[in-house]
Amino acid sequence: MTKKRPSRKQNVRPDASVAKEAEQIKVHTLDILRAYHGERRNLIPILQDIQAKFGYLPREAIKQVAKSMRIRELEVFGVASFYNQFRLNPPGKHPVKVCLGTACHIKGGRIILEAWERRLGIKVGETTTDREFSLERVACVGCCAMAPVSVVEEKIEGKVSPTRVDGILLSFELEKEKGTDK
Amino acid sequence: MAVNARQRTLKAFEKIRAHAVSQWEALKQSQEPRILIGTATCGRAAGALDVVKAFQDELAQQDIKAKVTEVGCMGYCYAEPMVIIEKPGWPPICYGYVTPGIASRLVQDFIIGDDPCLEFILGALEENELVPTIFDHPRFKYETRILLKNCGFIDPEDINQSIANGGYSGLAKALGMKPQRVIDEVKKSALRGRGGAGFPTGEKWQICREVAGEPKYVICNADEGDPGAFMDRAILESDPQSVIEGMTIAAYAIGAAHGYVYVRTEYPLAVERAHTAINQAEGSGLLGDNILGSDFSFHIEVMRGSGAFVCGEETAMMRSIEGRRGMPHHRPPFPATHGLWGKPTVINNVKTFACVPQIIQRGNQWFASIGSDGSKGTAIFALAGKVLNTGLVEVPMGTTLRQLIFEVGGGIPKGKRFKAVQIGGPSGGCLPESLLDTPIDFTSLTEAGAMMGSGGMVVMDEDNCMVDAALYFLDFTCKESCGKCTMCRLGTKQMLDILEDITKGQGKIEEIDLLVELGQDMKKGSLCGLGRTAPNPILTTIRYFRDEYEAHILEKRCPALACEELIAYYILPEKCERSCDACVGSCSVEAIYTGKRRIKVIDQEKCVKCGTCLESCPPQYDAVIRLSPPSLVPPSKK
Repeated sequence: MTKKRPSRKQNVRPDASVAKEAEQIKVHTLDILRAYHGERRNLIPILQDIQAKFGYLPREAIKQVAKSMRIRELEVFGVASFYNQFRLNPPGKHPVKVCLGTACHIKGGRIILEAWERRLGIKVGETTTDREFSLERVACVGCCAMAPVSVVEEKIEGKVSPTRVDGILLSFELEKEKGTDK
Repeated sequence: MAVNARQRTLKAFEKIRAHAVSQWEALKQSQEPRILIGTATCGRAAGALDVVKAFQDELAQQDIKAKVTEVGCMGYCYAEPMVIIEKPGWPPICYGYVTPGIASRLVQDFIIGDDPCLEFILGALEENELVPTIFDHPRFKYETRILLKNCGFIDPEDINQSIANGGYSGLAKALGMKPQRVIDEVKKSALRGRGGAGFPTGEKWQICREVAGEPKYVICNADEGDPGAFMDRAILESDPQSVIEGMTIAAYAIGAAHGYVYVRTEYPLAVERAHTAINQAEGSGLLGDNILGSDFSFHIEVMRGSGAFVCGEETAMMRSIEGRRGMPHHRPPFPATHGLWGKPTVINNVKTFACVPQIIQRGNQWFASIGSDGSKGTAIFALAGKVLNTGLVEVPMGTTLRQLIFEVGGGIPKGKRFKAVQIGGPSGGCLPESLLDTPIDFTSLTEAGAMMGSGGMVVMDEDNCMVDAALYFLDFTCKESCGKCTMCRLGTKQMLDILEDITKGQGKIEEIDLLVELGQDMKKGSLCGLGRTAPNPILTTIRYFRDEYEAHILEKRCPALACEELIAYYILPEKCERSCDACVGSCSVEAIYTGKRRIKVIDQEKCVKCGTCLESCPPQYDAVIRLSPPSLVPPSKK
């Protein structure tokens, strides 16, 4: 992970692509709202669907939801920020979740989290500048017998060690070099 | 219900059952071997999906006809991935630790040949003369499987397999009874809520039935947020129909037409299987409008929780279903009178609902005959941590902790000493060796300072620091506190700060009493169960392991050698083999260098205390040790 990748800063993106993305978000959000008849009681499932679509809750989508439900943006934000599931910034291409449930803690989950932080050069909750990896902690993924557990791109990795962390990252590097990366 | 209407429902069910049974029998009698692979989340983590593929590939390559079925979890997580092979002429045989390589061998040697590959066997599932049975394992002497009886043996995505194994017989019987009689039956069985608090289920239903207000709701609490418990997930993934059936019976008893299953979003497979189960039940006429031709209708919706631990609290969960911030409110009024949307609501745990069908079907006396006084039935624990056989265990209430950990769980690995067992997650407590003979039931555990809680049971050995364990749980509750009431919001934070100081060797001796005082105040002053139980891990560790707190504070020493700030890794020069480079290669921060006479030395400045060198040092040398306090490390010369 010593190689430096060009960072993708927001201000280098041309305005046209930003506008296009905003338009996309608007269209999809409207579709999702329609599927739930835009009812207030369905706010959480609606936000869940939006996040499933974009990987996070874009500001534009929150505005859209508030407008169509005729509630304040603040109320939508209040719900979105209350639940751990929702994120307000885009995730990395390969999201890494480190389980810190009881069993994982006992088996050294924190050491694994630190290994990820060290290797990726980011803190928990952050995304690498090239948006390749993001790191999160989760309370428990329910595979306590396999502790310590990390979830890499929805794939559950059991009995992880700091060396395994290096191995996982290496395999991504290799895939990328081969050009088979999705 | 009139007699002829009752006859009609029973007849309708009998038709469904006969069909399911004939399908099941055909499957059992079939000359094709059946391969059952446990692919619940725990199995998948161990690579069960690769094993499924390996079986399919090998069968295709050898051109053999066999039926590969994905089933749920048998609860023996330590031996995942697990496979059961039913070959005609043989008893069903259970294999553990199956890899793709073993899978192809099983096809070649056992399915094609006649060698059952004894080296991979866990045991046969029936008594026989050919292979040892799984019942020879000591744990079967203690286990009584009621809720887990179908888990791992039926296809959770095929309702007919559930029906053929007793599913929905309870509902059919209940529909033939008056709702009040259903409640009476549950009351007499003395079933208590399995969510942790242990409120009598029948009482709850009675209150909800009697109170005025329409419509009424049924909610299944599957927001299993306790880090360390996973039985609700296992049940939903392995036998979801039992939960749907239990909810439907509850709805019939209280007169509800609509229900919700509130599942954690972190359990995608459980969510998916709950959806499938509901669709299939509706398709078979066992759920939806006019169930089994009666005039009773009930609909279930799945609601995904969004990762807030406090939503496991019933009033918070209802706010969440309403689409709001999941903050609890004061009780009373209880949900049974003022619940979802302010209407009467019965809210029970997954396990509680899963108990109900069998109580109705087999009668209250059968259920009441299992367990101890005051706590009837079985308890499921998720055994994890420093214990040999991790996984789910279902034992009758009243089994002692010692039996559970040492007989069922197989004891502590690597010959280490047992230190404590943490029961009930962040709401529970840590119990020491002297309390190992405590029977597991609602009252005994509460008296000892722990609680039944969600059923998480984490075993700790001499390497676990009790202050660190308390810190871990408090850190969890502090992060998950919703912030509504002051005692919980500020109390957890204050206690956390004090504990962090102690683990860093900066604590003061009077702070131990301060922690106890704060904890007791929090218990009195918090609004919901989260705040009221959050001090339990601290209070119990202080009660039973005060000496460890004192060592941290007075000697700046961590007796278990666990608290990072109070330990240092050190390589014993006289033990270091010198020509071996295992530790140097393993260190991920390059903190180990080769010193004089090729002896390896740890640079204490660079060391991040990850412990990898300790594990990589070959056991015959065993040169890496931990020292506490770190000042014990002799100064090194570069």
